[in-house]
Amino acid sequence: MSVRTLEVDGRTITAMADQTIFSAAWDNGIRIPRLCHLGGLPDAAACRLCLVEIEGQKRLQSACTTKVAEDMVVRTDTPALQAHRKLIIELLFAERNHVCSVCVVNGACELQTLAAELGVDHIRMKPQYPKLPVDVSHHRFGIDHNRCILCTRCVRVCDSVEGAHTWDVAGRGRNSLIISDLGEPWGESASCTSCGKCVQVCPTGALFSKGKTVAEMRKDRSFLQYIVTAREKRLWIAERKPR
Amino acid sequence: MNPTAPDLNIPASDEREKLLERAMARHHNSGDALIEILHTAQQLYGYLSRPLLSKMARRLNLPPSHVLGVATFYHLFRFEPPKKHSAIVCLGTACYASGAGQLLAAAQQSASEGEWTLTTGRCVGSCGLAPIAICDGIPLARVKPGDLAAVLGGKHDG
Ligand code: SF4
Ligand code: SF4
Ligand code: FES
Ligand code: FES
Repeated sequence: MSVRTLEVDGRTITAMADQTIFSAAWDNGIRIPRLCHLGGLPDAAACRLCLVEIEGQKRLQSACTTKVAEDMVVRTDTPALQAHRKLIIELLFAERNHVCSVCVVNGACELQTLAAELGVDHIRMKPQYPKLPVDVSHHRFGIDHNRCILCTRCVRVCDSVEGAHTWDVAGRGRNSLIISDLGEPWGESASCTSCGKCVQVCPTGALFSKGKTVAEMRKDRSFLQYIVTAREKRLWIAERKPR
Repeated sequence: MNPTAPDLNIPASDEREKLLERAMARHHNSGDALIEILHTAQQLYGYLSRPLLSKMARRLNLPPSHVLGVATFYHLFRFEPPKKHSAIVCLGTACYASGAGQLLAAAQQSASEGEWTLTTGRCVGSCGLAPIAICDGIPLARVKPGDLAAVLGGKHDG
């Protein structure tokens, strides 16, 4: 596999030719904001938070799906990009209902953390507050569509890691909704194996374990790294860190 | 796991079923032809019922949520049987600018219990007549919300 040399935020780094800008930057300690990308899942470029500037290109590109190239010059943190990201976060907050103080993942939510990092302290647009359903028909888990940011991590982990493809996205635009099977309640889904992977990868409080109340739900994604790398390296026993 | 599989209450001898089977076979039961097959199914049955979607998902070896996801992405697929009459409210730019929003809201209210299937369109090509609604093929030019509501509410000879 050939190596590429590129410049990210003024630093010269090397990466494998098939790496994305996001993962090359990550390997070098440069953290590009993201909500839909998760190492180990196929990428969907759904959230647009990882947009970066590439010299010589007019349009911004999503770092999670753009491959590195020789002599590429990338900027990940300009004032213009900061402004775009703030706007995206505000739009996400305005689109549904994110009252963190009563959320199961308060304090451990990726949306909340990113908003704090980017300095989003108010939203400039009118919140939509659509009255979306909360489905608690599953015996172990629940989904609150009001907290969903449509990142499709749940869809991708269920399809590509668990192999069940219970979830998908129905509708379009502001009417988009995550659905299980033919839109039946999750608890009645014939394809769900109740593995819980979707719950663990969800960046917000949209997918949660039952029995958790405000700020109690914490998500553990180490299984993903383990499953994905174990398949490649043929490691059948997890080397889990003691908890 | 849910032991009760969705019930496929479509008679086996149904001619439409044979035609749908044939359409799927023509595409080698390939999921890549999903949209075309959904079209054929809607033409045959008038709308896409859950049992029908479930049957196609199984035959094409596609996850049911994927089939419903694709079908609901497109405006032209229906999931309820069409009613006796059909009304289209144009939501194109010219119509929208002349109040198609209020028109649609009024139409939605009166169509909900009546005999009209309400759909929306994107510029029907008669912007000079904006806002326009088309009821059973008859264009209603520069129509007022109240008048459209009256038509849809049944005070109309059909
Ligand atoms: S619990 Fe597992 S099988 Fe069920 S929807 Fe979530 S990821 Fe898919
Ligand atoms: S439920 Fe969670 S993981 Fe799934 S799309 Fe919504 S926010 Fe993303
Ligand atoms: S992380 Fe790249 S678009 Fe979401
Ligand atoms: S916008 Fe309605 S006819 Fe053109």
